Amino acid sequence: MEKQEYTITLYTENSIGMIGRISIIFSRRKINIESLNTSPSEAEGIHRFTIVINETEEVVRKLCRQIEKQVEVLKAYYNTNDEVIWQEQALYKVPTDVVTEKAPVERLLRQYGASAVVIRNDYTVFETAGHREEIDALTEALAEYNLIEFVRSARIAIIKDSEGFHKKLKEFEEAEPASEVVENKYLNKQDKVFTM
Amino acid sequence: MNTLEITKDNSQSDSNRNVETIQLSGSQAVLEALLAEGVDTIFGYPGGAIMPIYDALYDYSEKLKHILVRHEQGGIHAAQGYARTSGRVGVVFATSGPGATNLVTGLADAMIDSNPVVCITGQVFAHLLGTDAFQETDVINITAPVTKWNYQVTDACEIPTALAKAFHVARTGRPGPVLIDITKNAQIQLFDYAGYQVCNHIRSYRPKPIVRREYVQQAAELINAAQKPFILFGQGVILGKAENEFKAFIEKAGIPAAATVMGLSALETDHPLHVGMLGMHGNYAPNVLTNDCDVLIAIGMRFDDRVTGRLDKYAKQAKVVHLDIDPAEIDKNVKATVPVWGDCKETLPLLTELVTQREHKEWLTRFRELEQEEIKEVIHNELNPTTDIMTMGEVIKTVNELTGGDAVIVTDVGQHQMVACRYAKFNQSKSNVTSGGLGTMGFGLPAAIGAWYGAPDRTVVAVIGDGGIQMTIQEFGTIMQFGAKVKILVLNNEFLGMVRQWQQLFHDKRYSFVNITSPDFVTVAKGYGIPGRSINDRTNLKQALQEMIDYDGSYFLEVMVGKENNVFPMVPQGSSVSEIRLK
Repeated sequence: MEKQEYTITLYTENSIGMIGRISIIFSRRKINIESLNTSPSEAEGIHRFTIVINETEEVVRKLCRQIEKQVEVLKAYYNTNDEVIWQEQALYKVPTDVVTEKAPVERLLRQYGASAVVIRNDYTVFETAGHREEIDALTEALAEYNLIEFVRSARIAIIKDSEGFHKKLKEFEEAEPASEVVENKYLNKQDKVFTM
Repeated sequence: MNTLEITKDNSQSDSNRNVETIQLSGSQAVLEALLAEGVDTIFGYPGGAIMPIYDALYDYSEKLKHILVRHEQGGIHAAQGYARTSGRVGVVFATSGPGATNLVTGLADAMIDSNPVVCITGQVFAHLLGTDAFQETDVINITAPVTKWNYQVTDACEIPTALAKAFHVARTGRPGPVLIDITKNAQIQLFDYAGYQVCNHIRSYRPKPIVRREYVQQAAELINAAQKPFILFGQGVILGKAENEFKAFIEKAGIPAAATVMGLSALETDHPLHVGMLGMHGNYAPNVLTNDCDVLIAIGMRFDDRVTGRLDKYAKQAKVVHLDIDPAEIDKNVKATVPVWGDCKETLPLLTELVTQREHKEWLTRFRELEQEEIKEVIHNELNPTTDIMTMGEVIKTVNELTGGDAVIVTDVGQHQMVACRYAKFNQSKSNVTSGGLGTMGFGLPAAIGAWYGAPDRTVVAVIGDGGIQMTIQEFGTIMQFGAKVKILVLNNEFLGMVRQWQQLFHDKRYSFVNITSPDFVTVAKGYGIPGRSINDRTNLKQALQEMIDYDGSYFLEVMVGKENNVFPMVPQGSSVSEIRLK
């Protein structure tokens, strides 16, 4: 099995120490986390982790099962890049005179859809969002023009084929679903219940 | 109170609104929680940061028995032993800093062997957290990888909910250890206590999978079509309290069944379908025939590497049915053809209903034939040695004769452990207490103390090596003070035997630091008020063991056994189970 980028999406309780408990699952297996983002989710009070790793499907699947064992994790999903809409954000600080005096810089910024966040006499901060490759390309280009500071955020991703977590959360909040309910609800979607 | 982090999952706070409250300290709330959870025994050791809880315990000493161990590691191993023989949650108290870090080995052991244990540790005052205060350590982060769940309490109001959650998490699903770290201010703090509510639901935690009947159906079809089906059973059967359901299943389906080390005693050793133990030092037939069966049915076991040997040569010919409550175990090491995810207490009866009543006589005969071979090559000599030198096997055989298989056998780790697991006879469940996954030397003596408190009416025999006993020998003091009637049986070969065996077989007999000297154990035991003797002559064996078992109290018996005896059969590391060596 080939290694490729996977986006892992976790829905968790927002409790202290969650990042630690999640990250040790990776570090224990000597797996590098390419990027990790935590944020609120669509469901109130539920936290959303977005983690990117470069691994085989089998490894990612097993990791997700281990993560789901954590008491405060509600659900773990993993997706290939084709299955998610994803963005990363970047901030660039460049000397303002470079922007005003050098035409190629302006062209570059237009080309990558970067927009100014702050303009000062001495420097200007631009912001752009996109895929890693686009951001990297702009960074590389700007490096020739006295790029003072650069920072890129973790990936955030929306799963194309997801109906969000509202319904799922309701299911989780049911203490003991009655057996008839269970049968009707789960029996018809064989693979979705067992697989993650 | 709703601003507290922990309350979000639990109904405790909501339903409390109209209830009358009383003023209680955090420490009292801890003890009230233990009483409400039906706890009767605590294994612990006091210290600065847990003093308020110990102060409160002073007033609860009639309702809660506290066993003062001699080291926190002993405390948690005792709690594990207690959990294993009683089927209930073991409880440990320890102080902050070194008290808490001394629990780590036991937590790791309980985690890998799925023992329900709740540890309560003291912590420095909340305002001192992170200041490198006296006896402060980051217990939550240190123990995160070795606990099923842990939580730090900094406000007394959280205590009832935190403990309710702790007990729920520890005992449900695949059980495991939980640690609650309570800062000293929270222990002292008075708050409005509205009674204790047992937790039975946490929204982010689904311990009981919904059984998927179509998978049970598929499993039954595979089993019914099988000519050479073979069952592997693990501790899941015991943890699920499904011994009867398991027996009903194998008896109807007529399938030979072999135990993992942790699964031993779930089925009585003498059962006609019990074909022995799996694994590196397991029996010949179940190892060899793993690679010959057509359907492998794994029940509450996790295909540990000591069971599977070389994985790419493990049961490749077989379709695999895997029953487990933990979805992470399914497909982890061995790919399941049919996963039956669920509590085996539920899934086994469903499966029993669907399987055809059968007898696999010829197939079972294959096991018995290979067993004869093992008896001839290994077992007979081990149990009936012809030289003057005693073997570990004959000691265990004699214990079987004297106890009839009714004893709880606790072991430490090493050669004696494998020999005890191979030859001990078990008539009833929860009779085998050993450190399976972690292989913790030093586990045996404290675990035996806990095992006795968990089953005080039973004979508890702790079989320990001369190495392992020296790791936790201080727990003699616990026995001396509180009177656990543990029978301590040290099998002394004057070596760290298992490592020596490997050095002999795989390292050209370069015996590197396996030659361990021992004190005069009998005198040491005597110093702790434990009577005992040491024997090196076979003619005394039976009588000495009888004396040990009959003694009304703890007793120490050392048996000098062959120095360079090896445990066979053996699946060498990196070999397939079918390449098991008889010598």
